[in-house]
Amino acid sequence: MNLDDLADLAKQYRAVDQQVTREIRVCVAASCQSSGAGPVQDALVTALGTELPDCKVKGVGCMGLCSAGPLVAVAAPDECLEEATLYRDVTPADADDIIGTLDGAPLERLHCPTNQPFFARQRKIVLEHAGLIDPDSFKGYVAVGGYAGLIRALSEMTPSDVLREVTTSGLRGRGGGGYPTGLKWSTVAKMPAEQKYVICNADEGDPGAFMDRAILESDPHRVIEGMAIAAYAIGANKAFVYVRAEYPLAVERLHTAIRKAKRSGFLGNKIADTQFNLEVEVRLGAGAFVCGEETALMASIEGLRGQPRPRPPYPAESGLWGRPTLINNVETFANIAPIIREGGDWFAAIGTERSKGTKVFALAGTITNTGLIEVPMGTSLRDIIEVIGGGIPGGKAFKAVQTGGPSGGCIPSQHLDIGVDYDSLKTLGTMMGSGGMIVMDETSSMVDVARYFMEFCMTESCGKCIPCRTGTQQMHSILDRLAKSQGTRADLLLLEELCEVVQATSLCGLGQTAPNPVLSTMRYFRDEYEAKLSDA
Amino acid sequence: MPLPANRPNVRVVTLQIDGQDLSAREDETIIEVCREHGIPIPSLCYLDGLSIWGACRLCLVEVTGQGRLLAACSTRVTEGMQIQTNTETLQRYRRTIVELLFAERNHVCSVCVSNGHCELQFMAQMCGVDHVRVPHRQVSYPVDSSHEMFRVDHDRCILCTRCVRVCDEIEGAHTWDVMGRGSDCQVITDMAEPWGDSDTCTSCGKCVQVCPTGALVKQGTSVGEMVKDQHFLPILARRRHIL
Repeated sequence: MNLDDLADLAKQYRAVDQQVTREIRVCVAASCQSSGAGPVQDALVTALGTELPDCKVKGVGCMGLCSAGPLVAVAAPDECLEEATLYRDVTPADADDIIGTLDGAPLERLHCPTNQPFFARQRKIVLEHAGLIDPDSFKGYVAVGGYAGLIRALSEMTPSDVLREVTTSGLRGRGGGGYPTGLKWSTVAKMPAEQKYVICNADEGDPGAFMDRAILESDPHRVIEGMAIAAYAIGANKAFVYVRAEYPLAVERLHTAIRKAKRSGFLGNKIADTQFNLEVEVRLGAGAFVCGEETALMASIEGLRGQPRPRPPYPAESGLWGRPTLINNVETFANIAPIIREGGDWFAAIGTERSKGTKVFALAGTITNTGLIEVPMGTSLRDIIEVIGGGIPGGKAFKAVQTGGPSGGCIPSQHLDIGVDYDSLKTLGTMMGSGGMIVMDETSSMVDVARYFMEFCMTESCGKCIPCRTGTQQMHSILDRLAKSQGTRADLLLLEELCEVVQATSLCGLGQTAPNPVLSTMRYFRDEYEAKLSDA
Repeated sequence: MPLPANRPNVRVVTLQIDGQDLSAREDETIIEVCREHGIPIPSLCYLDGLSIWGACRLCLVEVTGQGRLLAACSTRVTEGMQIQTNTETLQRYRRTIVELLFAERNHVCSVCVSNGHCELQFMAQMCGVDHVRVPHRQVSYPVDSSHEMFRVDHDRCILCTRCVRVCDEIEGAHTWDVMGRGSDCQVITDMAEPWGDSDTCTSCGKCVQVCPTGALVKQGTSVGEMVKDQHFLPILARRRHIL
């Protein structure tokens, strides 16, 4: 199969729904489902009946503005979200009204303008199909140009061409570390082994982060396509998706996507009539945060206790069952198809000098528009929070934004004008992390924030190395005393000392970064700690 | 040129530890080289003959050019490596780690059967821990005396997993394992059943001998009487390896 054959296939799939001129898109990702999108979809199907054959109710992925869910968009099949009529907070009772106004003016009561900055200021690459296509439909993905990256790689490129394209793109790992993806791929590709593996890390566990979940729930084929391209580039024939069991919808959609891709010859043996084979298997995580750490994740796939091991050897050299293994995050793989399709140079033109492309962020906390956004690297925090996020509700003042989850830190208002990329966040004492952003207003106590994240690290510590196992527990007890205004100056000094030891001596990233929330809140809000001392 | 009879597939490298020039095979780890040359490096989970665990973090060393501290037990030597094993920072970190261990469970040396023969006690002396600054965790653990010859006291366990590894790797029984997470981790026999009821335990006693503290001991020992003998391990491990 070549690109022309794929284009014919896409045309054929588009022709199936030729008579449809209007789509009623209902978000069926987890956040809208939790606010009742399922009944809304059923009510819309019932209300539509069979009278309008040119109109179709379609379940789609995340449209981003989760705080306004359930979201329903009415649009022509080829129209994007900005061109659609969007309705917010839809209930099943609104179904008749929505169907009734299909031909007239939009229903004012529920209308949610799509020209507002939340939509207009985004740049979508990873989420280009989220909210447009039915995540369970293989045909829907191919119809919008899906699998063109894979077919292009298989039919027109050698593995080293693929590696060069990914290296040129300047893509860096989206799981948090920001390791150059091209370098990681070529390291595994150069390993002289018979058997290699590809792993997609979907064990997203940071509090307040749901980027990977939304990608898997909205566009699972895109991740599979990225993994297949990676497997072709490094010479692997077996891939795993390690996804946490708390994402049942994502797991179900992944299974469906893998089954359908396999049935259509895009996975399995002789993919697209070439000599390339790839089996993809889904493995479920049982709820341990540490299994997002790559060596613990691999131990878990092997059926062992999910505990990290010392690196080196890195997975690229000795990973799953001792074989060279490529392990990337969901969002990283989701970037691959467009890079191969459009070229590395196209991707490299987006973003900043050292951080290319876009980044998906999950906005949470006290912010008007909570939800999922995708912006170019280098977009300022102020733009993200005040313009796209709509600022703080209730007239309260902004205090800090927490990035990077339990490994990250808090950024106070004086640094809001920096552009977000891997390096700028590091200089502020935090990190990109997987992309969760928790916004806090003036009523939040920073000592409480630090205590919350330390409690998280303490309960999620696997218990292997001493500094993380007992250090987090001791730091938490000190923070607890401080938060209750029972701590002394000596406690504060001990806390600082423990932060340093745990950071420097822990075995894996979880322990090494566990003190970050404490260190960054101490750096910017030390007065709050001082004010809580009992011997102040 | 004819090939040598024994083709050397490992090279010998030269490196510097604490300013001392040394040579080592490139498949050796830093801790092995240090032990060979009598350079003291504190460690608890490492034991010659068992697999590398890398969890006690006491053997961390500074390597020039590396941003992070590296564990001597899990880092192989390379040509021209420059290693510092006993800087002031390392001493401070090691002291804190030992303090954290003492505070985690109930280590009261004066009433312990391993008093005077305990590796944790020895580490405290070696690292200069004369008091513990962090509060004790104060969680009580049961003692399992159901085995006719041995006893496990979780209050004195430091979770080094030497017992787990020796049972799995040398004895081949895999009676021991770890359950729980964080500070609630506990070594268990079989599926957390009483040791005495274990179907898999061969009562070989290797776990007791490799245990660094008074957590695994022989029945019938009193304060300071539990002397352990670990000499069998490297011999057994090497014989295993040759066969």
